[in-house]
Amino acid sequence: MSTATTTASTLSGARAAERRLPLWHLLLTGAASLVLAALVLATFGNLSIVGVILLGYVLHLVVTYVYSRVREGRRWAADRVVMLLVIGAFAIALFPLLSLLWKVIVEGGSRVVKAAPHPFAFWTSDMSGVIGGADAGGVLHAAIGTLLITFWASVISIPIGLFTAIFLVEYSSTGWKRTLAKGVTFLVDIMTGIPSIVAGLFGLALFLAFMPDQSVRMGIMGSVALSLLMIPTVVRSSEEMLRLVPLDLREAAYALGVPKWLTVVRVVLRTAIAGLTTGITLAIARVIGETAPLLLTVGMVTGVNWSMFDGRMATLPTFINQQYRAGKANCMSDTVTNVVNGDVYSCSITTNIDRAWAAALTLIVIVMVLNIIARLISHYFSPKLSR
Amino acid sequence: MAAPQPITVEDLNIYYGDFLAVEDVNVTIQPRSVTALIGPSGCGKSTFLRTLNRMHEVIPGAYAKGTVEINGENIYAQGVDPVNVRRRVGMVFQKANPFPTMSIRDNVLAGVKLNNRRISKRDADELVESSLKGANLWNEVKDRLDKPGMGLSGGQQQRLCIARTIAVRPEVVLMDEPCSALDPISTLAIEDLIHELKDNYTIVIVTHNMQQASRVSDRTGFFNIAGTGKPGHLIEFDDTEKMFTNPENKQTEDYISGRFG
Repeated sequence: MSTATTTASTLSGARAAERRLPLWHLLLTGAASLVLAALVLATFGNLSIVGVILLGYVLHLVVTYVYSRVREGRRWAADRVVMLLVIGAFAIALFPLLSLLWKVIVEGGSRVVKAAPHPFAFWTSDMSGVIGGADAGGVLHAAIGTLLITFWASVISIPIGLFTAIFLVEYSSTGWKRTLAKGVTFLVDIMTGIPSIVAGLFGLALFLAFMPDQSVRMGIMGSVALSLLMIPTVVRSSEEMLRLVPLDLREAAYALGVPKWLTVVRVVLRTAIAGLTTGITLAIARVIGETAPLLLTVGMVTGVNWSMFDGRMATLPTFINQQYRAGKANCMSDTVTNVVNGDVYSCSITTNIDRAWAAALTLIVIVMVLNIIARLISHYFSPKLSR
Repeated sequence: MAAPQPITVEDLNIYYGDFLAVEDVNVTIQPRSVTALIGPSGCGKSTFLRTLNRMHEVIPGAYAKGTVEINGENIYAQGVDPVNVRRRVGMVFQKANPFPTMSIRDNVLAGVKLNNRRISKRDADELVESSLKGANLWNEVKDRLDKPGMGLSGGQQQRLCIARTIAVRPEVVLMDEPCSALDPISTLAIEDLIHELKDNYTIVIVTHNMQQASRVSDRTGFFNIAGTGKPGHLIEFDDTEKMFTNPENKQTEDYISGRFG
């Protein structure tokens, strides 16, 4: 033991042997644990990849602790183990997400790309005239329905939600406004917990109260039902974001002789815009996949319907539900012929289920595109801090 | 512009809800001069400062009673719009607060742009240059006017805030401990600036630093508080030189000589 290490060990108050090992030691113990796990499982005749990884991980925790304890000391051993636990938690959190994406891409991807009669026809055709097990049809009508209904739900919810948040943060400091704000906050909290099916029933009942024909279904009914789910999310997230804007900035604007409403519009909203778009996107993403309220209020059709006020509409979640429930198709022969126009399609037993997966992929793509747009907005409008 | 008149404060009582924070202030602030307000924390000097441009009432429940005459007009008279008062009485805050979404140039033009007023590019360029020169910042930032204001150093940010304030051409500039977060060099830059600004503006500055008060101000007011929960009072108001050499009030003498506070 050299003098230098002795001095160092006195300073750190630990044994002289305590020093960090390079990372490859950890990788090595990890590999050893995996091999050990494989051997153990093979002995019991239960060899599987998942088993090896799980057992290997647990073994690695033990091995790392013991190895690090001997070579690095107690504190570093604890550090190593906690690091492994964090990595493990991260992997567990990520696994469902990645496997979900993988599954949807694998199951839906080929149906989207290799659609008949031409690639990506799945996104340009609807389900009118598609019968039996025909390997045809697409989600154009459902995608349009989803986008329209979500768009109008957003048109209803974003102003209401944003203005409510502005009232709560900027205009409700004293007197009766304060009481009103407390009431509003309470109601918003309750609204957050409304089950989506209840929102759907409410949207339906609201419209049917004014309709002579009780079987009427319209896109706008779905939008109203969805906005019921969206408003509380928008209020909550916007409120948080507006509260994050420092009071300093408001005062700076007031001190320049800027009226309050302009301060709110040009300073507060402008500063919070990144957070606001993120919150609104999350609210949209929350409702875009809603099935139950749309099943009740807008139903299902096979063709494109552009009108929000005229008849039923298809939407992606209900389409997925419908197709998946249809299950396996009956294929009497290799082809299916449309008796109306004489088109001939190949018959596929799994066509309905394929379409359901492909529609799920479409929905994910739409949500992803919306997210990217929101990211771009936040990126270009967020406060610039760099030099 | 007409010859500037003093700011006259009469019987001013300042409240936070039911709580009387500052009681019965009577003072006359000379135009085109620097007036410093000193006193221990919580004595109401910042509160008083904020009543001079009606920023006080921005805080929920806060209000003031009395008269504050600026250029012969009582800013607390019925029907006076605080927004108009603030256009004439600018304010610089303790913490530099440039708008984070704006470039240096836009920060200077904030008073114009946030009010949706149209301004030609040439006028805007002139205003930016004159205001930044007025705040002794032009040479440091003239090559990066389009860069974010938040990218500047603390002292530069504070001078940017001063430029932003003088760009709306106020008559009075209020400063609430403008140097308390700055290093000595930046502080010196701002003190020099205050000296230059007093040729054109009436300046009222709140400071905790008594050396600073004695360096920059022509007249000084000393605020004190009898105890927690009691209202603050303006104890003494006089020429700075007299305040720091031969104050009339025992409390002032104790505070300035460091016996308390």
